[in-house]
Amino acid sequence: MQEIWQALVQAVNLIVGLDPEVIQISLRSLYVSAWSISIAALICIPIGGLIHFHDFKGKRVVINIIQTFYSLPTVVVGLLVFLFISRSGPLGGLELMFTPTAMVIGQVILILPVLTGMTIGALSGVDRSIRDTALSAGANNVQAMWAILFEAKFAVVGALILGFGRAISEVGAALMLGGNIKGYTRVLTTAISLETQRGDLVLSLALGIILIGIAMVVSITMNILLQRY
Amino acid sequence: MSILQTINLEQRIGDAVLLNKVNLSVEKGEIFTVIGPTGAGKTTLLRLINLLERPTAGDIIFDNEKITDPSCDTVRVRRRMAMVFQKPAVFNNTVYENVAYPLKVRGTHAKTEKSDVYQLLETIRLSGYARRKARTLSGGEAQRVALARAVVVKPDLLLLDEPTANLDPENVKMIEELVMKFNRENGLTVVMSTHDMQQAQRMAGTIGVLMNGQLVQVGRPGDIFYSPGNARIAGFVGMRNLFGGYIERNEAGIAVVNVDGRDIQTVSDLPVRSAVEIYVRPEDVVLAVNAPASSARNILHCTVRSLSSSGPLCTVMLDCGFPLEALVTNQSVSEMGLRQGQEIYASFKATAVRVMPSTRR
Repeated sequence: MQEIWQALVQAVNLIVGLDPEVIQISLRSLYVSAWSISIAALICIPIGGLIHFHDFKGKRVVINIIQTFYSLPTVVVGLLVFLFISRSGPLGGLELMFTPTAMVIGQVILILPVLTGMTIGALSGVDRSIRDTALSAGANNVQAMWAILFEAKFAVVGALILGFGRAISEVGAALMLGGNIKGYTRVLTTAISLETQRGDLVLSLALGIILIGIAMVVSITMNILLQRY
Repeated sequence: MSILQTINLEQRIGDAVLLNKVNLSVEKGEIFTVIGPTGAGKTTLLRLINLLERPTAGDIIFDNEKITDPSCDTVRVRRRMAMVFQKPAVFNNTVYENVAYPLKVRGTHAKTEKSDVYQLLETIRLSGYARRKARTLSGGEAQRVALARAVVVKPDLLLLDEPTANLDPENVKMIEELVMKFNRENGLTVVMSTHDMQQAQRMAGTIGVLMNGQLVQVGRPGDIFYSPGNARIAGFVGMRNLFGGYIERNEAGIAVVNVDGRDIQTVSDLPVRSAVEIYVRPEDVVLAVNAPASSARNILHCTVRSLSSSGPLCTVMLDCGFPLEALVTNQSVSEMGLRQGQEIYASFKATAVRVMPSTRR
């Protein structure tokens, strides 16, 4: 217990003292996850909208498949992307292996099902009268979709926070695709994993506190913005 | 000049027929009210006109354009109309943003938008509410916002789907006055559905009666309420004293109708032995304690079954061999000393009896 307490105090010192390594790892984590959620949002929200607003055969099956992939294991995603971008893979020539880009690709794939599925869920929760009101007020289909999305903003932002959380907290894909290279692809989760194995509990704990801190700040900021708009 | 026409308009969902060959014509600048019981197809009709649904058959002509044509630009047509729904639907935004929405989607200049919205908010008596969240408004206020959002673009046609259902009398009055004001001042054509007969009478230039998906009668309020096309419509518009019988004889336009063995004199050209429905408005029935020396052709001896007061008036239920309802003032009741079981005389003129061909088989 004493050891944990000491580690915690030292961890706080590392953070407060703005330890360069800690700051660098944290910023990289934020950078990779922010890119991942942004790209995923650009793909998932329109796709979720398309699926919600169009009735087609097998729609229920598609939604079920998307929901099944919510629990896609991060290492499986890591493995799949690895097969594609490793030197002998079809995209090997792009030399993406062990780069932050590879990590972003992995995380985007990881978030896609959750964000798409939750966007569909969010839109389904909006009363049909909103669509009728928007169309009747002269909106075209795209404008009506925005109106509905605006009504579902709390649920959509909730989905974005969840997606961001899944990205920043995953370790499997980041480790397999980034390689945990110090100063280049080392992020919070891979660093915690490595430092714990090496016995540097203080650093691990500091990084863990930062990880939770980031998630909290993102969530609070998003909610404050939501209240305002 | 007709601005809106429906031609054999039909809407089916599976085997259910929601609208069946509806043909109506709405004149420019008039208030056309569609009345009918719940489930008659009123909402479906308005949604079809607003192009929120596609009909399974038939056409809609709006300002000389066949808007049901698949090649028709739906958004362009909808932008010439506006609709207010039964359930006040407001966006989860401020009152200002709600009213401004139709202007925004049309790309209206910000300055025009602001002046138009504030002017309308004043008209609907919500001028201090611009920054308030629309979801925090009461039902009546939200419906006024919905009405403002509809008329802010000065549409050529305003569709109102039971806009005052579930509202308190004060808000009902306010919405009705606003609709009539927009109609009067801007020549706005209005198609409104309601199941409230009095509202239809108060507002309509023309009334269409929709029953089971069919437009069964179209006319001025007087035609519908005093000369309903058949017994079903008469029943719906709240007519009492509706009796079935047959014409026993017809002499010089005075037809004697046999109702449960009692002869009722009426004015009708229908041939002898025609099955008919007749009705007498309760307020046309005159009561007297002694046999009246009246010019009324129908004088019936009857028994008072019950009396029930409502405001200054009293409904007297009589048994004349068939049940007859009379509406008199409470003052008359006390002057005559009416009580249950009393034997009295009920009289009404032959011209007070409406005669319709029977719809019963």
